[in-house]
Amino acid sequence: MTSPKGANIEPPLALLAELTHRCPLRCPYCSNPLELSRASAELDTGTWRRVFGEAAALGVLQVHFSGGEPLVRRDLVELVGHATEAGLYVNLITSGIRLHADRLTRLVEAGLEHVQLSLQDSDPTFGDRVAGFAGAQQAKREVAALVCASGLPLTVNAVVHRQNLGHLEDIIDLAVKLGADRLEVAHVQYYGWALANRAALLPSREQLDQATATVDAARARLTGRLVIDYVVPDYYAHRPKACMGGWGRRFLNVTPVGKVLPCHAAETLPGLDFPTVAEASLAQIWYRSPAFEHFRGTAWMAEPCRSCARREIDWGGCRCQAFALTGDAARTDPACALSLDHELLIGARREAEEAAPEFVYRQHSAVLPRLPERVS
Amino acid sequence: MNAPRIDGGAVLRFAPHARFRFDAVRQAWVVLAPERLLLPDEQAVEILRLIDGARDVDAIIDALAGRFDAPRDVIAGDVLPMLQDLMDKKVLRQ
Repeated sequence: MTSPKGANIEPPLALLAELTHRCPLRCPYCSNPLELSRASAELDTGTWRRVFGEAAALGVLQVHFSGGEPLVRRDLVELVGHATEAGLYVNLITSGIRLHADRLTRLVEAGLEHVQLSLQDSDPTFGDRVAGFAGAQQAKREVAALVCASGLPLTVNAVVHRQNLGHLEDIIDLAVKLGADRLEVAHVQYYGWALANRAALLPSREQLDQATATVDAARARLTGRLVIDYVVPDYYAHRPKACMGGWGRRFLNVTPVGKVLPCHAAETLPGLDFPTVAEASLAQIWYRSPAFEHFRGTAWMAEPCRSCARREIDWGGCRCQAFALTGDAARTDPACALSLDHELLIGARREAEEAAPEFVYRQHSAVLPRLPERVS
Repeated sequence: MNAPRIDGGAVLRFAPHARFRFDAVRQAWVVLAPERLLLPDEQAVEILRLIDGARDVDAIIDALAGRFDAPRDVIAGDVLPMLQDLMDKKVLRQ
């Protein structure tokens, strides 16, 4: 199908369904926005059911149930059933807290295909401190065993940062011991809560190089047994990542209150009016909404992106990172070494050499420390 | 400890949570797996359509060599690495 500007637009591949912002954990790198939505404002079961139907008709193949913690939705089994009936492949992205055997059985019966379980660390005491929840790591070990016993494939998502990268060998060993088929070694991405905690989380270059070597060795050792996904963090990259595979090219995100976004952080960008599922169908939003058109393709780009040979490889990088660091969402992602703002990341790397400050935990109406200001 | 290297006698099937299906919206075959989506090209589709949990890799290579009137070793050179890669990604299993 073509856009209002005549560009060819492919249907989206996957839907990130953020069912809720509620979560028992308080991780200081949570990808949710700083302003968390309340339970009373969440979409109801029937609306999600309609959204899954619209997504499948639009060409979405996979849905990722995320949050917050999807398990806090009392209708989760019903929602998995509706998504499966619509023809979607259902992944559950969860902390595992309060997932009991009987509920997992009902989720499997409803059509759940895969569980991604978060892990804060291999050391339970430190992991619980990051999660801000006593007993979380023990609960996760029990949930991993339940998932394996159910026959579902298990992914462990281990978020890594300066305070746990020294445990990476143990984290990989634990993933094997828990029976994971796949491990995501996920460097923190610095938006929202994580940006507020950047000085406490960003690793040093030395830590990063060590981690990369550890992952390479583990991949060779565990080929065919454990698939390890690993991406170098933007702050030490030379070229930016094609964030979400390009704006409005591969993914849709629906927030707990029904806003439709090209990525989960896009609401941080000013001046864009993201429609809700109450106002238009997913197809209308995907193919016609000004917000999805805004940074789609290459027409919006300025230099150095505009004339760059990689403009249709990395699509200018991440709009949310460009805005968070420079105040202008249309600038080149500072992760790119060609960006005029690349110095901002180099400055942030210096923080990683200093003592780590205390975490600011995720919560409603937190008082956040001031972010470093841009000086030009 | 690692997944075995496959040979001609290996009988492969899709992993329980890998779905190889035709997508009506794109008019194309897709493979859905945990947080992974594969869009096989025409040649890969021909290979994957022969994965049935019954015939072995040699039989698949023979079938393709016959269908495309191509030398067997050329077909094997395409088929074996692709199947091994999908084994390593846990999309296929023995």
